[in-house]
Amino acid sequence: MVDELTDVLISKHHPMDKLLRQDRLPHIWCSGCGLGTVLTCFVSALEKLDLDMDQVVVVSGIGCTGRAAGYLNLDGFHTTHGRAIPFATGLKLGNPELKVVVISGDGDLMAIGGNHFIHAARRNMDLTVICVNNFNYGMTSGQLAPTTPTNARTSTSPYGNAEHPFNVPYLAAATGATYVARWTVLHVRRLERSIIEAMNKRGFSVVEVISPCPTYYGRWNKMGSALEQMKYYHDKSTIRHWSDPAQADIGLEGQIIVGRFVDIDKPTFCDLLQGADQ
Amino acid sequence: MSRHEIRFSGFGGQGIITAGYILGKAASLFDQRHVTLIKSYGPESRGGASSAQVIISDEEIDYPRLTQPKLLVAMSQEAYAKYIGELASGGLLLIDEDLVEPCHPRDDIQVRAVPATRIAESELGRKIVANIVMLGFVAANADVASVEGIREAALSSIPKGTEELNSQALAKGYEYGNQLQSTMHKV
Amino acid sequence: MGRRRVSNNGILQGSFFMDGDTACAEGAICAGCRFFGGYPITPATEIAERMARRLPQVGGTYIQMEDEIASISAVLGASWAGTRAMTATSGPGFSLMMENLGLGIITETPCVLVNVQRGGPSTGMPTLVGQGDMMQARWGSHGPYETIALSPGSPQELFDLTIRAFNLAEKYRTPVLVMTDEAVGHMTERVVIPPLEEIEYYARRKPQVPPNGYLPYRPDPDGVPPMACAGEGYRIHVTGLTHNEKGYPDTVSVETQQKLVERLIRKIRANQDDIIELREDQVEEADVVVVAYGISARTAARPVRMAREMGLKVGLLKLVTVWPFAEERIRELAPKVEGFVVPEINMGQIAQEVERCAGGQAQTILVPHAGGGLHHPNDVLEAIKRVTSPQSTSAETSP
Repeated sequence: MVDELTDVLISKHHPMDKLLRQDRLPHIWCSGCGLGTVLTCFVSALEKLDLDMDQVVVVSGIGCTGRAAGYLNLDGFHTTHGRAIPFATGLKLGNPELKVVVISGDGDLMAIGGNHFIHAARRNMDLTVICVNNFNYGMTSGQLAPTTPTNARTSTSPYGNAEHPFNVPYLAAATGATYVARWTVLHVRRLERSIIEAMNKRGFSVVEVISPCPTYYGRWNKMGSALEQMKYYHDKSTIRHWSDPAQADIGLEGQIIVGRFVDIDKPTFCDLLQGADQ
Repeated sequence: MSRHEIRFSGFGGQGIITAGYILGKAASLFDQRHVTLIKSYGPESRGGASSAQVIISDEEIDYPRLTQPKLLVAMSQEAYAKYIGELASGGLLLIDEDLVEPCHPRDDIQVRAVPATRIAESELGRKIVANIVMLGFVAANADVASVEGIREAALSSIPKGTEELNSQALAKGYEYGNQLQSTMHKV
Repeated sequence: MGRRRVSNNGILQGSFFMDGDTACAEGAICAGCRFFGGYPITPATEIAERMARRLPQVGGTYIQMEDEIASISAVLGASWAGTRAMTATSGPGFSLMMENLGLGIITETPCVLVNVQRGGPSTGMPTLVGQGDMMQARWGSHGPYETIALSPGSPQELFDLTIRAFNLAEKYRTPVLVMTDEAVGHMTERVVIPPLEEIEYYARRKPQVPPNGYLPYRPDPDGVPPMACAGEGYRIHVTGLTHNEKGYPDTVSVETQQKLVERLIRKIRANQDDIIELREDQVEEADVVVVAYGISARTAARPVRMAREMGLKVGLLKLVTVWPFAEERIRELAPKVEGFVVPEINMGQIAQEVERCAGGQAQTILVPHAGGGLHHPNDVLEAIKRVTSPQSTSAETSP
């Protein structure tokens, strides 16, 4: 009797179970990493989207974020370093019915995959890209990334970064993305909403998520505990929807402008291809 | 065994490759012989050297490069100078007489000349068909492909609406070649 | 282009006077290829141009990617979407494709990669012939693997072997390389395209079990796993990491690595009788066997004939399939012949394989060519004569 009651009152299943690969958990991410939150926001966004989950495909590259594809109970492709976007392009063109989402990190998408990113944006390829930006290469113990703020320290910039970083929303907007947003991992509701909007957008949509890497980037730059780092990003955030992404640079200190920057309509690659065929 | 090796040459934009292609196609698809065509261009899209190597054979072609060309068609001075040395002894040189001045005299070859570009320009009003006039001249002078095959190959390879122009160009070159031959025989 | 009939479905049929690159594209279309991701490069550009024009006519998709890395990535993606896909390139682009050729091999992705070889290294001789990428075809991507590479010697063979490449790719779930060259790609010759119903079509092997019973990397007895694609409800996970039968990464188990790599190699080696295609001309009774592939096999026919006219017993062994290498056949012939002559447009690649398999039982003479042209018949003839002349000495493969 008690057991039966327990069965009713305590669910033995997590509501997200059906979209996660139980047999692959626990994940490999560090405690305090923002990636779990991103994955949760993605799954809850999927649950609110009116999509056939058999038609949703996740593609990732290499890195901590690159493992996301492997934890989702969807068709998932864990490709080579930087090549998630062109692989996703082939999937989409091979079967335009598929809803193709790229989830990968800043190093994967912006450095080795930077050329693919800008060309997919230019073509307005109908893909959603979730770029988790932790300002360094976490999986390989915290090297310099193209998003590392100037003067920030990493294992390969031990005296401070002498480079200017990419501003992801600005790059995405300038190269042709039709939807661009940025949030931190503590903006869970807003992040979930932006993922929904991005996936509903026909065209190249980009959501950048600022995420702590307490193990490497946070430690190198003395940002305190994981929670402190997460809170730091959140507190430094200023929501400024539809502001000019050119102003959204992220420095070692100072504010982080977040919000939705771009939401425009223009023909996708497939639209133009069909037009050309007729 | 018969193996004809032919080089078409001139400068880019003259339709040299097209002429080689039409001759090759005629021999391959209409005369049902073994044919290879190899094109070579300079790095320039217009001007520069252009040449086509055509081999027509009754047997399978093992070696698809010219070894002893017996027929050289030259439509520019530069092409003539470049290729006259490779023409086999006893070979035949066909030139556009307004564009080529044979300045490397060889007594072991025959030379026949046609004002192909002038005919195309003054009689047909379109300089662009000089290559087809030259093809007609080739058909009259060398037994490499049937003139009927060349006509069919040409008509299936040219832009729609230019069939009449190209037919005339081919006929003009062919007639000129035949007349030249009959004059030569009289002499 | 010729006496042709374009049927309603956009597939050509009949006799054409067509260059090799165009024939390659038409072969791909006849084989059911409906996706091409490429990047223009001499002397393979005509394949891309032809596909750009033709694919929309048959319901396919052409995309010009930003580079060759992206091209092969897109091809792999398209294959996982259930489409027959290909790309075509030449040396510099082939080098860029090596990374994801490996991804194609470890994820067992059927696709076709055409390399119209030109003179190298580096930018080399863009408009002229080379055969210098043969070892790169075998070993160019990192790690241990086995590969399939075919080598055509004429536009017709390029048409035929492109079709065969697609079928082998599907049958053995692996990228297949068509290692042609500038001489074949840019040569125009008669190409006969048979009716579509006469063209072999090996359909992709699909899982026979429902999603919950499906292990994406559990092989059938021939070593090849049936393939579920994206969007088919199987919720597959595909990774370039070492993976188990479920497709899940297992990057620290030597046993998983051993099992996977051995199977990737075995599925090709154990089926080499089906994969290896050779053409032999008077090989059985020969004292000297010329071993060649691609355009070099074609041009070798003349010196072989010249040698026979001189009374020499010479055979011609043409490697239509270059990889996997015809080891067994060379081992069989080695004790029966005096020597092998290997003309190739490089400084000695396949000759080393021949010498290895000859195992000292017959000499191997390389006829090298640095690239940019074809072997002069006399060069090959001289090598044949060297084997048979009494003053010829030991094996010699250095140029």
